[in-house]
Amino acid sequence: MSTALYIQLIDLAAGALLLTAVLVLWRRELASIIEVFALQGVALAALVGIMAVEQGSAELGAVALGVLLLRAGVLPWVLRRALAGAGATQRETKPLVNVVSSLLAAAALTLLAYAVSQPLVQLAPSAATHAIPVGMAVVLIGFFVLVTRRLALSQLVGFLLMDNGITAVGFLTTAGVGLIVELGVTLDVLLVVLVLQVLKTRMREAFGDTDLDELRELHD
Amino acid sequence: MSLFGTVGIILQLLIVVALSPLLIGLMRQIRALMEGRAGPGIGQPWRDLRKLMRKQPITPRGTTEVFRFAPPLLVATCLAVAAAAPFVTTASELDPVADLFAVVALLTLGTVALALAGLDTGTAFGGMGASRETTIIALVEPTLLVAIFALSVPVGSTNLGAIVTSSLDDPGQVFSPVSLLAAVALIVVIIAETGRLPVDNPSTHLELTMVHEAMVLEYSGPDLAMVELASSMRLTVFLGLLANLFVPWGIATTGAPLVIAAAVLAFVAKVALLGACLAVGEVFLAKLRLFRVPELLAGSFVLGLLAVAASFFLA
Repeated sequence: MSTALYIQLIDLAAGALLLTAVLVLWRRELASIIEVFALQGVALAALVGIMAVEQGSAELGAVALGVLLLRAGVLPWVLRRALAGAGATQRETKPLVNVVSSLLAAAALTLLAYAVSQPLVQLAPSAATHAIPVGMAVVLIGFFVLVTRRLALSQLVGFLLMDNGITAVGFLTTAGVGLIVELGVTLDVLLVVLVLQVLKTRMREAFGDTDLDELRELHD
Repeated sequence: MSLFGTVGIILQLLIVVALSPLLIGLMRQIRALMEGRAGPGIGQPWRDLRKLMRKQPITPRGTTEVFRFAPPLLVATCLAVAAAAPFVTTASELDPVADLFAVVALLTLGTVALALAGLDTGTAFGGMGASRETTIIALVEPTLLVAIFALSVPVGSTNLGAIVTSSLDDPGQVFSPVSLLAAVALIVVIIAETGRLPVDNPSTHLELTMVHEAMVLEYSGPDLAMVELASSMRLTVFLGLLANLFVPWGIATTGAPLVIAAAVLAFVAKVALLGACLAVGEVFLAKLRLFRVPELLAGSFVLGLLAVAASFFLA
């Protein structure tokens, strides 16, 4: 693969990551948010796959395949099942901050990500490290989704968005975190999602709702 | 070179003036066919314009010069942009005018003139249309600037001709995330700015929904013809800018007659194709609620801003 093509593909995958993160903020229906999240998984897997081809590393290629399976296959599937089990009131996210402000906040967060990751980029300037701000921005946007959404499911999407960003930054900075570490993190994430889904189902059975703002008082 | 530049300007003016009503006709015809109607044919907008031109000019009582000057000003700004922008040739005599900021300012000047004319009539509809149009333009203009600015960062110049020339030299630029983000932002903004679905419905006169039509409700005869012609020219100009900023191939860089002829054909084909896509898309869309429009435009503004940010940190 020529260097120019490599740089272009890395940039394209990074752009897709950022675009999908913004789309998660933009859309209202949870079903389409989950689709967008699956797309982001594909973009992340593509990013890792491109790096694997560039470095000629079979191990990284296997990790890319794992990322694709988990983040574009299993996690969206679990989320979709959770959504199907939820009632009609759960179809749309109920953001605490309206869409226009959260989009503008996303723009500000991206600029912040760019500012804070400059020292990191300057440590070893290369095509991959130039995309670090994108990963940082995805982490920040994910955190923003996590704190401004009310429904348990959309908070879960925020958490997964953050994790996508962390994974992207990890691969971009170290060019492969090692198969064992990545496997551990991946399994952890899957476990967290499954536990949260069970918890959410229990919550809905107990209270009939998963709006976390309602859960303020203690009962016997 | 100067003869080539002059020929380019004349050709661009002729194409935009003569073909923009046909573009509207084409879009209406496509829409009609897809909805199962026979449609009036693509020449209908020109026939309407001819009919309007023959009528006696009437202005409502109590209106001032603001109302009378708006249509000529609107047409003049469109003509200036049509002459200067890189549509058929990048070596136009007016190349220094084809600056990003100048072009956006000229196009906005026309919109503002029309909004003031809407206010000047003193009718409820005129004021309502003007206020809606101002709401939209306030969100559209920064996005337009930011989106094209993202394209100008790698080039290092805000001249539209220079942007087009540089993406001709380096086709890889077109497929970068910067230009993809900017393209999406620009498409949303162009739809809002030219008053197409889902932001405004160009074929309705329902008082609750109309934006552009509410402002021009009091115009009649030749004035209305000018407003109609100008709004179709705006659509052509915007689609032409979109086409040539992102798919610049075919534009003439030398003065050979054959190259110019090919450039004219390429430009007409590109704009017709974009218009056809827009018309097909509109069949499947419903108008957005007015209060949802800022959401759409804020989204496209963020995409434009991300394009600028990406052009700095992915460079």
